[in-house]
Amino acid sequence: MALMNWWRMVTLREREARHAPGEPLLEVSRVSMHYNGVLALEEISFTVEPGERIAIVGPNGAGKSTLLKIIAGVLTPTAGSVRVYGHGPQGHLCIAYIPQRNQVDWNFPLTVADVVMMGRVGKMGLLRHPGARDWEVVRRALEQVGLTDLAHRPIRALSGGQQQRMFIARALAQEAELLLMDEPFTGLDLPAQEGILEILERLRQQGVTVLVATHDLDQAAAYFDRVLLLNRRLIAFGSPEEVFTPEALRAAYGGHLRLVSIGGELIAVGDTCCEGG
Amino acid sequence: MGEVWRLLLDPLQHTFMVRGLIAAVMAGGLCALVGTYVVLRGMAFFGDALAHSILPGLALGYLLGGGSRDALFWWGLGTAILAALGIGALSRGQQLKEDTAIGVLFAGAMALGVVLISTSRSYAVDLTHLLFGDVLGVGDQDLLRLTIFAGIVAAAVVFFYKEFLVISFDPVLAITLRLPTRLFENLLRILIAITVVVALQTVGVALMVAMLVTPAATAYLLTHRLPAMMALSVLLAALSAVVGLYASYYAGVASGAAIVLIATVLFLIVRWIRKAPS
Repeated sequence: MALMNWWRMVTLREREARHAPGEPLLEVSRVSMHYNGVLALEEISFTVEPGERIAIVGPNGAGKSTLLKIIAGVLTPTAGSVRVYGHGPQGHLCIAYIPQRNQVDWNFPLTVADVVMMGRVGKMGLLRHPGARDWEVVRRALEQVGLTDLAHRPIRALSGGQQQRMFIARALAQEAELLLMDEPFTGLDLPAQEGILEILERLRQQGVTVLVATHDLDQAAAYFDRVLLLNRRLIAFGSPEEVFTPEALRAAYGGHLRLVSIGGELIAVGDTCCEGG
Repeated sequence: MGEVWRLLLDPLQHTFMVRGLIAAVMAGGLCALVGTYVVLRGMAFFGDALAHSILPGLALGYLLGGGSRDALFWWGLGTAILAALGIGALSRGQQLKEDTAIGVLFAGAMALGVVLISTSRSYAVDLTHLLFGDVLGVGDQDLLRLTIFAGIVAAAVVFFYKEFLVISFDPVLAITLRLPTRLFENLLRILIAITVVVALQTVGVALMVAMLVTPAATAYLLTHRLPAMMALSVLLAALSAVVGLYASYYAGVASGAAIVLIATVLFLIVRWIRKAPS
């Protein structure tokens, strides 16, 4: 037992960075990314405060997924740095990345509870099996997203909204403080989208910060504190009113977005949505 | 009833059949256990290539070791681990598609193996054994080695169950959980390599991929829990091994091929039943 604890200490110690007091939750500074010589992101800088909900919008190929993956520490930027509470993302267990649904093998032989339990793996350490506390965390996470009844259902039998809620539960099981979601609303019907938005609202009350990549400008304006308009460069970052100006939208979307002015209100028509980017 | 018992017990009078049965069940079960990951991760081609690319190592072991099984085993193991890590490194390069690179390498390695073996006098017989296995030629020494290595591999699969599961289902999650992803991926490749080498005597290089893939694929169709899939896969492999060996005894056909055929038939039956109105 002593040996196991020692092993756990050795295997966990270097992975969890301390949260430096006074540092912003997330600070992205001058991040650039090249893929095989192609510039995917250029000099992105912004700061996020705890509990904020941020929508990242922009056309396909704008670098939304790339930016989220850099923040999660999955990709290393070519230049610039990401700081989460003062440390690089590689040291943090508190960042959860929720993949696009089409990136997931839904025929994998797993139940909902199995997937949510995966969020605990980082906390358990090597050679450890889920303990009573892990099960309790998973149970509460499932309860929070309203999937308690589906805990033992195979993941291939879930609807799109349930799939997304399962991943949120996994992030909760991971005890994430920063939640990164890649196109969570794509392909969901309206009630399912609203269900997710409600859960995000409750997470805000718990102090969980959420960054969501989306192509739905309307939703970004209605439900998010701040909007980050991206097209390889950061075009604008601020409240929806500040960001959604004709100039900024034209700069981001060029000819792919038609702006219609009806009775003094600006209406954007026809983003070339959806996958990738 | 007595007739059935006679049919079942008769072959067991021969030590080579008893040893063959034990070896086939153990090797088949091990392949099936590791094979669940091969199936879930889509590594069938990797497994096939790996099995074939150890042929030159086996040939060298054979030529240098004067036919000793020990030499054959260790040369095979060394080559397999090298090949497993080599293919892994290759698949991270971006110049060629992964399957193209693997295809080029493994066919080349296979050719080298055949050329090396063809310098030996008893070329045809030896090559046949390496390609299609020789489960009835298993000795006590082989059985002991199989038991030890099967134990090691199975223990690793159990101990690192949750890590292997995470890197297989969601590699990005594995990174955000700050698991040593690369390490576990290579470990899994090495476990597959060890499995291929210890199971080699049962079905040989050419049919190895069937042992890795077929029982696991059948189990995949039958369950939606990973532990259940592993257990079922092992059971199906054991069943195929026993039925296949008896069939080969009574029909006088090649044993490794018989085992693979039984596993394939089981797969087709399950596939057909599952497709029927549900």
